Amino acid sequence: MNQYPAWKYLLILLVLLMGVTYALPNLFGEDPALQVTSSRGFAIPLDLEANIENALISENIGFKNKEQAGNRMLYRFNSTDDQLRAADAMKSALGDQYVVALNLAHATPTWLRSLGGKPMTLGLDLQGGVHFLMQVDMDTARSQQLDRYVDDLRVTLRDERIRYVSVRREGNGLLALLRSVEDRDNALALIRKNQNLAGLITRETDTEEYFGISATVQEQQLLELQQTALKQNITTLRNRVNEIGVAEPVIQQQGADRVVVQLPGVQDTVQAKKIIGATATLEYRAVDESNDAFTAAQTGRIPPESRMYTDKTGQPVLLKKRLIVSGDQLIGASSGFDQQTGQPQVSVTLDGVGAKRMLDFTRDNVGNRMAVVYIEQKPGGRLVEEVISVAVVREPFGKRFQTTGLDSMSEASQLALLLRAGALAAPMEIVEERTVGPSLGADNVAQGFKSVLIGFILVLIFMAAYYRVFGLVADLALFANLVLLIALLSMLGATLTMPGIAGIVLTVGMAVDANVLIFERIREELRNGNTPQASIRAGYDKAFSTIADANITTLIAAFVLFLFGTGPIKGFAVTLSLGILTSMFTAIMGTRAVVNLIYGGQKRVRKLSI
Amino acid sequence: MKFLNKKTNIDFMGKRKIAFVVSLILIIGSIVTLVTRDLNFGLDFTGGTLIEVSYPAAPEVSDVRSNLTDAGMPDAVVQTFGTATDIVVRIPPRESEDESNAEISTIVLAALQEGVEGEITMRRVEFVGPQVGDELTEQGILAVVYSLIGIFLYVMIRFQWRFSVGAVTALVHDIIVTLGVLALLHVEFDLTVVAALLAVIGYSLNDTIVLFDRIRENFPRLRKASPLEVVNTSVNETLSRTLMTSITTLLVLTALFIFGGEIIHAFAFTLIVGVLVGTYSSIYVASTTLLELGVSKFDLLAVEKEGVAIDENP
Repeated sequence: MNQYPAWKYLLILLVLLMGVTYALPNLFGEDPALQVTSSRGFAIPLDLEANIENALISENIGFKNKEQAGNRMLYRFNSTDDQLRAADAMKSALGDQYVVALNLAHATPTWLRSLGGKPMTLGLDLQGGVHFLMQVDMDTARSQQLDRYVDDLRVTLRDERIRYVSVRREGNGLLALLRSVEDRDNALALIRKNQNLAGLITRETDTEEYFGISATVQEQQLLELQQTALKQNITTLRNRVNEIGVAEPVIQQQGADRVVVQLPGVQDTVQAKKIIGATATLEYRAVDESNDAFTAAQTGRIPPESRMYTDKTGQPVLLKKRLIVSGDQLIGASSGFDQQTGQPQVSVTLDGVGAKRMLDFTRDNVGNRMAVVYIEQKPGGRLVEEVISVAVVREPFGKRFQTTGLDSMSEASQLALLLRAGALAAPMEIVEERTVGPSLGADNVAQGFKSVLIGFILVLIFMAAYYRVFGLVADLALFANLVLLIALLSMLGATLTMPGIAGIVLTVGMAVDANVLIFERIREELRNGNTPQASIRAGYDKAFSTIADANITTLIAAFVLFLFGTGPIKGFAVTLSLGILTSMFTAIMGTRAVVNLIYGGQKRVRKLSI
Repeated sequence: MKFLNKKTNIDFMGKRKIAFVVSLILIIGSIVTLVTRDLNFGLDFTGGTLIEVSYPAAPEVSDVRSNLTDAGMPDAVVQTFGTATDIVVRIPPRESEDESNAEISTIVLAALQEGVEGEITMRRVEFVGPQVGDELTEQGILAVVYSLIGIFLYVMIRFQWRFSVGAVTALVHDIIVTLGVLALLHVEFDLTVVAALLAVIGYSLNDTIVLFDRIRENFPRLRKASPLEVVNTSVNETLSRTLMTSITTLLVLTALFIFGGEIIHAFAFTLIVGVLVGTYSSIYVASTTLLELGVSKFDLLAVEKEGVAIDENP
């Protein structure tokens, strides 16, 4: 007699119950929804809900339900039409302060969600969207760091009144030349003391004329600076993506110098690319009033405290090297029109330090001119610097003011967005892009679903025809296997991609292998003249180690695939491995339980339907 | 229903000389094809840009080409994709620093829209920078090599070194022959094909292990039989299982090939070829290698068949 102890049946039932529960959320589909977050990341004020709902009521748009999670509000709608109309209504009611993002929220019932049930996430190839792999230009980042050291050293020497001949970059380090041994020793002492100059390794290099210090930056220090740059870039990217209004973006570090950005559902990829990759910022500088820019440009004699810039038309402008305020000191920016001239403008808000410096400068320079420099860093370290406006300071100002000189409203709003989100600490370059349009995504879902269904049904029919009752038992196991696999993928929060679907299809094909092995063994035992009960027992026992060996080797291949694969390939490896594990459970324990229930209790089985 | 009603007794190993010649021809033929025709490497490995768009009405490919030439992309390759309204444009990677590779797709999309009534729909854009392409190639090769090493070690622990050599020889055979077929038919070789190749390794190995397991079991059982007879008996005993599993796997793969769409085509095709080759190689390459290495009952007597029962309570 073949019978399982009660606890085994219970265990199988329990696992199946869990499988069904956690696979269930995938059946409910998604609601069109809108997600509202504040653009500066602060908490949602109490009156926001009322504001939103008033806007909806005035436009006569109904919503299904709402929920608040942390800093975001989510409204679900009955149709995409309602969703789009509501988006317009909310945007005009809430203004620049909030980001309204189109979203698809899963429609899992509350009781299921309270159990932690959630559907599988669809990959970008299935729902459409953009995937960028961005690489930080570390050479430029290093070069920027060296420039900063040179500036800091100059400033420190000047502040301590140590006279130097020159301080400059020299290869991968820097070189300072001084006139006397005392100056040099004082400078060395300063470098050791000063926090800003930490990480410099100094060496005395005297020339015939001067006493020199050559310094290189510790590798460790450079690495740390690069890490900081990468972290800041990720923060900036996150801010920018939030500004665009993407519902569930992924922004992650990959390797030492790369960042993955995934924006599901974004349609305008050109715009997304522009905003993500941009490095624009502004600087405010005083115009050198005591020298003429044209003369300086012609003679090439540029005063040491000034620098030559060009404006939009290519005319030379002479500005002071000393910076008044830079983009780092900006805490807010919004775009609009100048009320008098009707020109596009960006209103800027400075932080405390910036505001004080601006106030000091404007108070002393009423009647003088101030220039706004637009700076953009191109990949490869090329810098575009352009004076976008020069204006006379009419009266002192500090915290808030306007900048004009922008070509169009869209340029103004984009600049405001970039200023709000912060600058990239080092320029980045897109090294990989995969964009899938929504129509292709929908096709992929339909085709993937269809091929799983057809393959599955073919196998079911074939198994039932070939092994009869035992085949039907295997079919049950196969079905249970599919449910368990989907439940596991949903619980793990795995992302379902097209190769993932291929993995599921392949798992269906290979999952029956265990049953085929067992059933063929049982047939063999029967042929050898054993009784049905003994054949069942021997079939399961003897097939087990074969199944285990065969599956472990396949798992090795899947594991390697996971280690070396990127993105979609990983998805394939995950579904394949999980499928192997669940199939071991359903094909061995699951079918045995059912076979035991059918044949196990009978004293005398004459014939097995196999 | 049964394909093989009785116990079969086909003399598989008797034909191993013929099979050896066949395998040799397959491998040499594949290598020659690989050398002369080259694999049709996809974007993932070559780098470059691929843009798929859907037109409202079928466009003239020559018009599309001239549009792209006007936009400064004379090296663009234009093809229809699946249907006549779908067009795929491929552009090789650019070397120059100034022209950002990432911006090519924007220029191309604008050029494609030119002179078309109604709006074209962007289906997908794929851009792989040269640095990434090289890495993907390296990772692909490493993945295959490491999985072979892992498998070799596992089989050596569970069986014996002769079995490891047999299994890995069969796998190398499968990879080379599958690659040869891909090169011959000019199937585009992208990342999903690498995944398919690794799945082929897993599948073929599955087959081989099942057979080896039976050989290990049969050596002590058939004490009087020669190694050749033991292998022959084992192949016969596992034959119906081998056929069954191949058929069910091929069923779903065919479904995937027919209904899965263009993107998954190469993947499904590679697996179909791999399953066929893998089934053959388990019998003829893995077992023949085992015999040629002089496997005997003394190799396995120490290792008892582990009938690890999951059901100790019958």
